[in-house]
Amino acid sequence: MEILHALIIWPDNLLLSLLVLFFIAVPILYGARQAMHSLLHAMFRAVSNPLRLMSRWLFKTAEVLRERNKQVLLSRGREEVSHSINKEFDRVTNLVERDLHGYPALQRKLVDEITRIEEEFQKCGEVPPPPPEWTKAVASIAKIKPASDGLVERILEDISNSIDEIYERVIKEYRESSKQRHNILKNFMPFWRSVDRTLKKVDKDLGGMQQSAAKIDEQVEKYKQIHAKSENAEHSLTSSSTILFVISLLAIMIAAGGAFVNFWLIERPMSAMVGGSEYIVGDIQASYLAAMVIILFETLMGLFLMESLGYTHLFPLNNINNRMRRWLVWISFSILLILAGVEVALAVMRDMIISADIALKQELAGSVAVGAAAANAWALDIPKAAQMILGFTLPFALAFVAIPLEYLIHSGRTVFGVLLVLGIRGLAFAMRFISTMVHQIGKGTGYLYDAIIFLPLIIERAVLNRSPHRTALPPGSSGGMAALSKHGEHVL
Amino acid sequence: MRRYFWIVPLLALSLFATSCADPRSHTQAVYMLVDTSGTYSQELDKAQRVVSYMLGTLKAGDSLAVARVKSRSFSEKDIIAKMTLGKDPMQVNNQKREFAEKIGVFKADLKKGSAYTDITGGIIQASEFLNETGAAQKTILIFSDMQEELDYKTVRDFPINLQGIRIIALNVTKLTTDNVDPRRYMGRLEWWEKRARDAGASDWKVVNDLEHLERIFKGRG
Repeated sequence: MEILHALIIWPDNLLLSLLVLFFIAVPILYGARQAMHSLLHAMFRAVSNPLRLMSRWLFKTAEVLRERNKQVLLSRGREEVSHSINKEFDRVTNLVERDLHGYPALQRKLVDEITRIEEEFQKCGEVPPPPPEWTKAVASIAKIKPASDGLVERILEDISNSIDEIYERVIKEYRESSKQRHNILKNFMPFWRSVDRTLKKVDKDLGGMQQSAAKIDEQVEKYKQIHAKSENAEHSLTSSSTILFVISLLAIMIAAGGAFVNFWLIERPMSAMVGGSEYIVGDIQASYLAAMVIILFETLMGLFLMESLGYTHLFPLNNINNRMRRWLVWISFSILLILAGVEVALAVMRDMIISADIALKQELAGSVAVGAAAANAWALDIPKAAQMILGFTLPFALAFVAIPLEYLIHSGRTVFGVLLVLGIRGLAFAMRFISTMVHQIGKGTGYLYDAIIFLPLIIERAVLNRSPHRTALPPGSSGGMAALSKHGEHVL
Repeated sequence: MRRYFWIVPLLALSLFATSCADPRSHTQAVYMLVDTSGTYSQELDKAQRVVSYMLGTLKAGDSLAVARVKSRSFSEKDIIAKMTLGKDPMQVNNQKREFAEKIGVFKADLKKGSAYTDITGGIIQASEFLNETGAAQKTILIFSDMQEELDYKTVRDFPINLQGIRIIALNVTKLTTDNVDPRRYMGRLEWWEKRARDAGASDWKVVNDLEHLERIFKGRG
């Protein structure tokens, strides 16, 4: 401010002073134009160029990271699909071993039953009664003309009687035969049922195999897509990873809620064990840490249990044999059981502490609520029982955290990878934007400088326009503005 | 040899846990002065309520002492009951119960009030006790009308040190003369506040509404 005041020639007439100063400054500014343009250009480039470089580097890094993410994602997807196909093949193998293994026996049984049915069917075939030979005799006799002695009538009567007798016998035989056939057919029923059952079983087995085959086809198709590194497969895997991540996160949050409840359940009795007035770091009480350690230990045992049971694959336990695995299962389960027992004991202790506190406060307040408490003693046991049940079940419930945790870790790699790429790209864009803005501001500042010294520039242009050697413009002249802006272009 | 490698992280963890133990004190100590002089001795019921409230709020490791203010109060003999709570919650309850009993006995045994009121002597005694506890937060509760009356032999007009101690005046009743001229009451409180702050007290507060005893420790860190 002091310098500015010193520059004012006539303090009483500020406007005139400024005007005079302006006219003095313009020729100087005109003379320094080229140098000033170069200075401005260098200054703004000093900011915009590194930003642009950084932006380009970030874009490239994002691309590399994206490619890396894709590789990891596809590899993971391939692994999962392979695992799924293997599982499906195992299922089919089991199916074949379990069901088709008995097919020769089943077939033999089926053939036997069919043969038997055929034989029985043959037996029950309806044999038409032989055509009665006597019908021809009857027809011949019927042609005899009736005589007056009544012989014919007598013969016919005898025949009729004989026929009736024979007819009755034939009918009886026929009925007997039909009855036998019906009995044979009735005896068919178990065979039919057995055949029906066998065929249904065969149908079911084949249906199951067909389903497995369809699943295998589907997985193989997916595998092909992954192997071909198609965009579709990548999007599908990313999408499923994100969904899995969100679901796992939700599950973990629910488990965290359970752990929180568990924490408050054991914190108070823990203060009796480790000392309520002991502090570890800052304001963290020793009892808090002890309770947290127990919960974390339970979670760890849960992780080991799930891992050794084969539900999760967080640790490389492939190289241990089944015997060791069984040992791990029993050890982790036993520790978990002991910790659950400890929690039950702590729950009882907590209840005792709270009851003692309430009793003391009532005593201090001078009120006597013993009678009411005694009357509802069974009701007071309910929270205690609830605490004990919670104390016992929560450690086992926490053990299942291992499953969503595994999915969270695996899907988290993809989700964080995608988010990181997005973040880097966003940053790169912002840098590019700022770089362009700085560059344009630099250009604008050059134009503003020229605008201030517009008068000598107009004169210069007029003089140059008159000159026959117009093409030979000196560098830094007004005509050089385009050259300047071109000079100002980024090299990157 | 390799199978014993797990001992190394275990030892490291134990060392870490040991080194992490915070040496700073997080406990609080409260010293309550109960005025038993003159007519104020009739307010003992209220004092007992305050003690009960304190017993309800104190936690493991905290210290509490209740002392009477009489003609000359700079003496350990004036401490009615004192305790530092243990770590076991059940033990803490028993300690609190015993403490409450002592206060009850004191209240029952008190027949008449003292002739003079040596609040300053009580405060000096309180600061000694509180500093000895090494508690992080030290509070002196003065259950009195804050009217100090000393006999001609007792000397209390010298600077005292209450560095890092909060002073809370409880149930500061108005005297008959205060009713005539309320400026006396205001002036008395201002004088005590100035004296406390000059002595280095970290806070000064007056709580007259004993229905809201939680205000005693309101804003406590």
